[in-house]
Amino acid sequence: MFKILEKERFSEHVVKFVVEAPMIAFSRRPGHFVIVRACEGGERIPLTIADADVERGTITLVIQEVGVSTAKICALEPGDSLIDVVGPLGQATHIEKVGTVVCCGGGVGVAPLLPIVKAMKQAGNRVVTVLAARTRELIILEEQVAPWSDEVIIMTDDGSYGRKGLVTAGVEEVINREKVDLVVTIGPAVMMKFVSKLTAGYGIPTMCSLNTIMVDGTGMCGACRVTVDGRTRFVCIDGPEFDAHKVDFDEMLMRLRSYDKSIMEDDDHEKQ
Amino acid sequence: MKSNNPAADGRDAAWRVALRDAMPAKERTAIPRVKMPELSPEVRVTNFEEVNRGLTPEQALTESTRCLDCPDPQCVTGCPVAIDIPGFIKNIQRGDLPEAAHVLRLTSALPAVCGRVCPQEKQCESKCIYNRMKKPPVAIGYLERFAADSQSENVADAPVPGPKDFKCKIAVAGSGPAGLSFAGDMASRGYDVTVFEALHEIGGVLKYGIPEFRLPNRVVDVEIEALRRMGVKFVTDVVIGKTLSMERLEEMGFKGLFVGSGAGLPGFMNIPGENLIGVMSCNEYLTRINLMGAGRHGFDTPVLRGHTVAVIGGGNTAMDSVRTARRMGAERALVVYRRGEEEMPARKEEVEHARQEGVEFLTLHNPVEYLPDELGRVRAMRLQRMKLGEPDASGRRRPEPIEGDIVEMPVDLVIVSVGVSPNPLIPNHVKGIGVSRRGTIEVNPDTMQSAVPTLFAGGDIVRGGATVILAMGDGRRAAAGMDAWLSGSKDGA
Repeated sequence: MFKILEKERFSEHVVKFVVEAPMIAFSRRPGHFVIVRACEGGERIPLTIADADVERGTITLVIQEVGVSTAKICALEPGDSLIDVVGPLGQATHIEKVGTVVCCGGGVGVAPLLPIVKAMKQAGNRVVTVLAARTRELIILEEQVAPWSDEVIIMTDDGSYGRKGLVTAGVEEVINREKVDLVVTIGPAVMMKFVSKLTAGYGIPTMCSLNTIMVDGTGMCGACRVTVDGRTRFVCIDGPEFDAHKVDFDEMLMRLRSYDKSIMEDDDHEKQ
Repeated sequence: MKSNNPAADGRDAAWRVALRDAMPAKERTAIPRVKMPELSPEVRVTNFEEVNRGLTPEQALTESTRCLDCPDPQCVTGCPVAIDIPGFIKNIQRGDLPEAAHVLRLTSALPAVCGRVCPQEKQCESKCIYNRMKKPPVAIGYLERFAADSQSENVADAPVPGPKDFKCKIAVAGSGPAGLSFAGDMASRGYDVTVFEALHEIGGVLKYGIPEFRLPNRVVDVEIEALRRMGVKFVTDVVIGKTLSMERLEEMGFKGLFVGSGAGLPGFMNIPGENLIGVMSCNEYLTRINLMGAGRHGFDTPVLRGHTVAVIGGGNTAMDSVRTARRMGAERALVVYRRGEEEMPARKEEVEHARQEGVEFLTLHNPVEYLPDELGRVRAMRLQRMKLGEPDASGRRRPEPIEGDIVEMPVDLVIVSVGVSPNPLIPNHVKGIGVSRRGTIEVNPDTMQSAVPTLFAGGDIVRGGATVILAMGDGRRAAAGMDAWLSGSKDGA
């Protein structure tokens, strides 16, 4: 059992938890994720680790309520426990000094971006962070990324905060004014697809972190497979980070719908 | 009185001589082989109940009488762990079931499991003297299961040993058959054993892979409970090499690590359309259903049921998958296999059970492409028709494509079951460990010790895809090997 020590609601559907998991806190590096099960009978779902405190023995998770399982997790309160948290899984982010790094995150993708922003800055890079969301209240972790960023650019679809426009507009603005050596993008698959398209046009190396459907998270099931550079790779053990320019985002977007209503209804035996 | 010396109750014991003298061989060999009571196919496709119901005491007695108690029993040579087969069978015949189970436990950590899933027809039973008489062999597997099951309640009720003066701490990575048998043997040698499991359930492939209808979870739980009572500790949600590194284990005081992390990585064929919705590995399909409870009330994990399900491959896991598909409600469930039925690696019993359950076999067909519908879900497969050529390295006739002979078939769920590779997590993590090109950990086959002296390994992580009994045998050998090594090294006892 993994006890929830703190809970903070970032917005109506986005919650931050600080969870007791000392072994994971000790071993995790930026880029790692965990598999979480809320309760008996619950699904195993992957969540990227936003932060960790080795002394307290805790990890920080940021969760967006999108379905049954995330709703069950988000309904938990401090003092409650997650029945299973296993990790840290995946390959850690490759951190090195490359010059100027643009880190762009959308929605809850900002959570896994935070440790990378921090590590990139600590490695001696100039870091420009672009945070994007639909509207003001969905911008998260601005205060946490700020100390590790040389500049923070906020983009909202409706212009309620920062500049009006998509994440790509913010990234392109930086590219147009200075030499960018690396772009790191984490967020919804469709956002990463367009960031990748943009930077490919400029020939700027770009790394993305993928969040796909998983069951075990240790290479056993293959539910997480994606096509990268024409080859099938497993996000859980080969990733979660890949060269964005080589990821088949359209296939990934399709596979994310594997258990959507439209697919499941067609599969429903009782209805036929 | 339980004896640890099989010779004391050996073939020359008075009671065994008396049993042999009680009935002439001719009369024994005239007894027909027992038939395993089974659930009817119509009933079993509607549920996940165990198909083989187990022998009745009368059946077991009659079948045990068939065993001739040979002076040089060949069945034992066919068993990867050399179980004293006549010894346990004759104890069944004389009515001493606790002793029969005890004889099994001397060499097998999981007799109730092996009695169900071992390919006896290729092992012990293939060597039985009855084969030479052109008669069906003694049903050793059925009897093994009978003896083990008869004591299952006693296993769980066995007294818990008091606080022990343990030797040193030993870690085990993986709670499948290799890890469980290693843990049991090390615990009885007095070590303080902790088994770390990556999943949230103990049992490895016995839980996530093999379905309820072939191996009920309660059978596995009995064995785990027996190990707990011996003092073995189990910790779920820990991935060795990720959650805990080798160095961390050492800091925590563990003097040895046994790796039984299995052949977790599913193989795919790398053909067009293999990443469509509704195409998945057998591991994913079986794990969703067996481990995660998909399709059952109170479980959140979804699974696609499919109306026409094709399982690609001809092994036991393919049979488990296709039979599961029937139980999940598929109207048509097909096995697609590139060789002929003769060449299928699955157990005959599984193939037979599948056929009784309405599974269709499409042999000499090999998928070359999957086609999507407008949502991206598989709607059809294109199959290359094959013919058999000359025998290949495996001794089986090599399948060759018949040029231009490709058929298209509608299908809405495809389960790919074309083999697995070793789980790469530990081989990638440990420095200095020898890893083969196939990704298996290299060990000394006698001691199961790797190039890193504190690390021993066994089961599929060493073999790359074998059987429960071989994994179990590896666990036993590794326990003997590690015990000898620790006893000889100053860090040991």
